[in-house]
Amino acid sequence: MIESRVAADAWRREGAALPGPEEDFPPPLPRAVAAAIRSIVGERFFLEDPASLLAYACDGQTLICRPPRAVVLPATTEEVAAVVRLLYDAGIPYLPRGAGTGLSGGAVPLNGEVVLSLARMKRILHVDPVNRLAVVQPGVVNLRLSQAVASEGLYFAPDPSSQYACTVGGNVGENAGGAHCLKYGVTTNHVLALRVVLPDGEVVDLGGPPGTPGPDLVGLWTGSEGTLGIVTELTVRLLPLPEGRRTALAYFDTVDAASRTVADIMAAGIVPAALEMMDAVAIEGVERGKKPAGHPPDVEALLLIEVDGVEAGLDAEMERIVAVCRKNGVRSVKVAESEAERRLWWDNRKTAFAAMGAISPNYLVQDGVIPLSTLPDVLRRIRAIGEKYGLRIANVFHAGDGNLHPLILYDGRVPGEAERAEAAGLEALRVCVEVGGSITGEHGVGIEKREAMCFMFDPPELEAMRAVRAAFDPKGLLNAAKLIPTPGRCGEVKAAAWEG
Amino acid sequence: MAREIEAAEAEAGGRPGTDRAGRRSPGFPYPDPPQAPDYELCVHCGLCLDVCPTYLERGEELHSPRGRVFLIRQAAEGRLPLDAGLYEAVFQCLDCRACETACPSGVPVGRLIEAARGQVVRAMPSRGFRRFVEATLLRGLIPHPRRLDRAAALLRLYQRSGLARAARALRLTKLLPPPLRKLERALPAVRRSVRRRYPEALPALRPSAAARAEAAVAAAPRSGSEARPPVSLAAAASAPAAPPAFRPEFKRPKRVGVFTGCVMDVWYADVNEATVRVLRENGYDVVIPKDQRCCGALHVHAGDRETGKALARANLEAFLSRDVDAIVVNAAGCGAALKEYGHLLAEDPERERAEAFAEKVYDVSEFLVRFGFRPPTGRVEATVTYHEACHLAHAQGIREAPRALLRSIPGLRLVEMPEADHCCGSAGIYNLTHPEMAEALLRRKVANVPAEAEAVAMGNPGCMLQIASGLLEAGRRTEVVHTVALLDRAYRAETHGKEEAP
Repeated sequence: MIESRVAADAWRREGAALPGPEEDFPPPLPRAVAAAIRSIVGERFFLEDPASLLAYACDGQTLICRPPRAVVLPATTEEVAAVVRLLYDAGIPYLPRGAGTGLSGGAVPLNGEVVLSLARMKRILHVDPVNRLAVVQPGVVNLRLSQAVASEGLYFAPDPSSQYACTVGGNVGENAGGAHCLKYGVTTNHVLALRVVLPDGEVVDLGGPPGTPGPDLVGLWTGSEGTLGIVTELTVRLLPLPEGRRTALAYFDTVDAASRTVADIMAAGIVPAALEMMDAVAIEGVERGKKPAGHPPDVEALLLIEVDGVEAGLDAEMERIVAVCRKNGVRSVKVAESEAERRLWWDNRKTAFAAMGAISPNYLVQDGVIPLSTLPDVLRRIRAIGEKYGLRIANVFHAGDGNLHPLILYDGRVPGEAERAEAAGLEALRVCVEVGGSITGEHGVGIEKREAMCFMFDPPELEAMRAVRAAFDPKGLLNAAKLIPTPGRCGEVKAAAWEG
Repeated sequence: MAREIEAAEAEAGGRPGTDRAGRRSPGFPYPDPPQAPDYELCVHCGLCLDVCPTYLERGEELHSPRGRVFLIRQAAEGRLPLDAGLYEAVFQCLDCRACETACPSGVPVGRLIEAARGQVVRAMPSRGFRRFVEATLLRGLIPHPRRLDRAAALLRLYQRSGLARAARALRLTKLLPPPLRKLERALPAVRRSVRRRYPEALPALRPSAAARAEAAVAAAPRSGSEARPPVSLAAAASAPAAPPAFRPEFKRPKRVGVFTGCVMDVWYADVNEATVRVLRENGYDVVIPKDQRCCGALHVHAGDRETGKALARANLEAFLSRDVDAIVVNAAGCGAALKEYGHLLAEDPERERAEAFAEKVYDVSEFLVRFGFRPPTGRVEATVTYHEACHLAHAQGIREAPRALLRSIPGLRLVEMPEADHCCGSAGIYNLTHPEMAEALLRRKVANVPAEAEAVAMGNPGCMLQIASGLLEAGRRTEVVHTVALLDRAYRAETHGKEEAP
């Protein structure tokens, strides 16, 4: 744990935490184990050459990267179970991986784990349009599922910005959200049943039709970040595509006016399908990125507001929203005139994180949740944090449900800047917790926010989480370095960062 | 050629292990390495994964754009040797650039892959069949116009004399390596090269639609505002019959150089004939420089950057000395390469000329839609689907123009195919060097061609040959046709006064 921080610091300082070809790779698997895995999945789906291992060293988080011991690409539940049983018996740590788009390092093999990539398990097994559900393998890409059921007039509601590439299995692991979760809920509201390979290789089915009695194990699994077992099949809820949509884009001269508008829209009893905000730095980034939408360069904030549902009444609802914008001194507000225009606005928004690459060599995405009423205050405090650390902070976030995403821009080549960025991020999370919010809304804890868990939970609460995990994974082999800080660590963290 | 290359290498020099910004990349010891500012743009978000044909087939990070860029960076920083692992990663890539369309940060993946190939082929020269293909095709044949002409003549003799039928009957074609065997069956009847056969200069057949429109505008009384909307693809697509409007500073080309290409001119000389006819029909004077050479794309893709640069320099001279207003190309792969001459020769004394050259290059569909074309009145009664060549859609960002041409043809019904912009597996010589992956992609492409389509249109000879061979293999009778050839058919139907089947 502490070693990993040291390694991360070295990577940042010298760009050299990744091992060279000859050194620092985890030792290869025992030959008998490797041979047995090969015979289960086939020769070409077991990888242990240095180039392949390096390619799996990071996911969407690149601050801390470690190569795995080996990579296995199973194709079926049976293959996953057989490989897991083998690793369990041999006492070898392992972890699952979807598309590797996660932002908290959940798929990074910090302890040289064997990576079980579920990328080949991408079949949609069954679609039941009458009961509005689909049975899918975990490697199905989020957007492909929605595209596949669109002809039935259905879609899969969780829509993280990475939906072009992220997998449904990963969505369950992280309990992913997305722009439209304001109205439709996050992943946990859309999963009915799971087939899971437990850490010892046993295959169990969890959940079932709505109202299935007993403890909500599907709920427990959703958001467990691949630490309790490996999901190999999911039954997910599908929603009917809304009959109509209206999308508006509003520009504001001050961040405060935009935040007041958000609070006022929600207070007026309107439930938009999405209510997104970007500030000036974020706008600069997206306009320099690959999907510019032609936002004026001198606005301080913009809101992207969408309502959907039954066609009748949508216009009236949008008019009320426009009125709230006007009341708060909006500079201009425009309702999309075509699907192409709406698409442009959304593409611009959904690629915002990566577009920051166009204005900064590196950035750190934070993910916190706050009560809506505190939004203007919290944004002011985050700006002050940026000034204090001498770093630019872009804000791109799901304003409607108070899910903030400060993007802290830094240059990893400048000594000390990465550390300052990390400290600024941690301080922003501290503000979220102080006002009664959370350290993560949808990106998960992973490696990145394991220590911030100490801000939210007392030692006894963390101990309870450890006990739950140990009930499923007594040997501590499955993605053990993630999510929950090790006992005693919180004391050090608080001494160093919290009180300090 | 070899001498030209040596001279060029000596001249360009380059600083081994250093990128253009003067930063050290210890892992890449040869000149012209992948550029740090290019790979540092990648934030590892993974949005490129689900559009990458090789990742979709194999599911391996190593065969994803993100994985490749990451490994190139690791190699640059000295953490991964230039060995089989990196070789495999950068050569499995189709160079289709679908990732560049998907990438929100604008990482120039194609450029990085090509530069990395330049490094690994020097560290570990190719072997086996790949080496054979590179030595015979890329170095022995394609850069040499006269040899290419002779090979085409032999191929024509082979097809016309009945030798082809005899060879197939006697199963002599079985002696060919499997990927070549399939392509041999799909080869169209080889015609004589346009570059050799046509005179160097061909005048316009009539004044251009744009010139007529401008004359009409000049004749009309001025109305209020001086400003006119710029030419837009969308406008052209939605109302192809309307005369395009022009900005005053917008220079309309008159004298157009045609880049004939090598594959196009050997296997699909009829497409070059159609291109020349369509340009002259639309009021452009056509120039076909006799001393033009291969564009060098195949060489740059294979990591042989020096041959690519030598060819590029020859083409600069061939076209710039003719003082053409524009250079029109009908092969997407060549077009993308020509447009990237500025990058290829970035460290070369010829850089400025290369940039000037690149600015003049247009794909034929892009050129016609941008500068105006006369919508045909002749009919082509056919249901046609459109395949997007990677180097048109992804590398050049041209998607609407070819469709606008197709939609302008009376009688033609355009039906979209799923995954139209997914690579067909041709990718230059990829179908020869990576037959297994190329096959998988081809099957996917053929399955996506709608049953009702009588023809599938596209803008690249490699795709044409590849898809033709796939359709043949699948026992389908769908015709493979170049977009501009369909437009040509419609123009010709005007004078014949009758409809033409595809």
